[in-house]
Amino acid sequence: MSNPQQLRYSKEHEWLSAAEDGVSTVGITEHAANALGDVVFAQLPEVGDTVTAGESCGELESTKSVSDLYSPVDGEVTEINEDVVADPSLVNSAPFEGGWLFKVKLSGEPENLLSADEYTAFTAG
Amino acid sequence: MSEARPSPATAPDGVASRRSARLTALDATHRALGATMTDFAGWDMPLRYGSERDEHVAVRTRAGLFDLSHMGELTVTGPQAADLLDFALVGNIGKLAAGRARYTMICQEDGGILDDLIVYRLADQEYMVVANASNAQVVLDALTARQAGFDAAVRDDRDAYALLAVQGPESAGIVQSLTDADLDGLKYYAGLPGTVAGVSALIARTGYTGEDGFELFVRPADAVALWEALTEAGKDAGLVPCGLSCRDTLRLEAGMPLYGNELSTSLTPFDAGLGRVVKFEKAGNEGRFVGREALAAAAERAEQNPPRKLVGLIAEGRRVPRAGYPVVDAEGTAIGTVTSGAPSPTLGKPIAMAYVDAAHAEPGTKGVAVDIRGKHEAYEVVALPFYKREK
Repeated sequence: MSNPQQLRYSKEHEWLSAAEDGVSTVGITEHAANALGDVVFAQLPEVGDTVTAGESCGELESTKSVSDLYSPVDGEVTEINEDVVADPSLVNSAPFEGGWLFKVKLSGEPENLLSADEYTAFTAG
Repeated sequence: MSEARPSPATAPDGVASRRSARLTALDATHRALGATMTDFAGWDMPLRYGSERDEHVAVRTRAGLFDLSHMGELTVTGPQAADLLDFALVGNIGKLAAGRARYTMICQEDGGILDDLIVYRLADQEYMVVANASNAQVVLDALTARQAGFDAAVRDDRDAYALLAVQGPESAGIVQSLTDADLDGLKYYAGLPGTVAGVSALIARTGYTGEDGFELFVRPADAVALWEALTEAGKDAGLVPCGLSCRDTLRLEAGMPLYGNELSTSLTPFDAGLGRVVKFEKAGNEGRFVGREALAAAAERAEQNPPRKLVGLIAEGRRVPRAGYPVVDAEGTAIGTVTSGAPSPTLGKPIAMAYVDAAHAEPGTKGVAVDIRGKHEAYEVVALPFYKREK
């Protein structure tokens, strides 16, 4: 399992892309997707919602459990991944690519996020 | 991301828990296959190898291979083995023919369920009782206590057996290719000693998936050889290794209860809709058995004025009910509790089993919902099971 170098990571197992025009993409890591098992339902925030770093903004249902989705950053949701709403298994098959969850216009600098190497060490512990 | 409602079956197992967990004879095999392991009743067991959904579908359409070595095998022998089991269990075990198996229960004096069991009559004076892993010690203790006065012996054989299961429509062909035993003549709920892939085994046509299938009780030392032979024999038929996660969704679709979810010491078999397993007309011990009086009263109550009934629920939406979630009526009043819930791969919708007030338990009852973390999601009340294979 390799965590892409260009992303930053939260200890709640979300990833955040570098901002383009102030907008970043958010998803969950492969480590998290494997821990969840088959994701069957994704409840994502709505476009226009304000999200707060470290606070719940959605849910992921898997066969065995339901998990809160936390925003890794403060901002406003600009887009959600309709493909994942239609086919939640994308979260398992391509967590860093087609299984992204939402895009957020940053209202502040991301804080307390880990680099890929730090996250890899964090999940290996 | 974090688990809003952690369930023991999904807790990522730490190194610490592995040190104390019991390992099956197939532990190295599971690791080599890349299984996600989980603690289950003190055992380190495979939860899934890849996608639990794919494993579920394989069992419904082709075949799956399970390690069930955590189940608790107890052997009862002696001239009065039948009488002891008639007294200790609720079923008519004395009437069971050699080579046949029966689903039964062991109850407390007050009728509460200690465990649900499969009993195999291996010979006239020899039975194997298979208990759930979490209850094996409780059942052993109860049988040992109830043995007093009977010319019979109760033996703890938990370490004497590994248990492999092959389940699914292709299972008979796969097992038959490895044995001379007459599987065509082996009915559902029968078992016979034989040889599979050169390994001595008790071959039973039983399972917990709603499919045709076989459970093979073998010596732990033979488990790896048998697993490998079955894997090879099942390759062309599409057999895949399967973990406990899909076992749970398979049994839920088949409407089969799970101890700790649908069954407990605070419920009698009648409360669980399984009163049929209690046999008041038994030959042995002049009909006396542990729990008889309480169960007779429970039978009466279930007939006259049942408090709650075990029903199936099918979601209209996509959110999954979990054990412990309240069932509510149109006014939002609590009318029951979910005991098991999961997304059903076969139905393509979330399903659940729940105990619901009798007034709302009729299939087709309108206005029933499950309180899923504060939101009332509409559910259809249906009769169990959700899934029945075509025989």
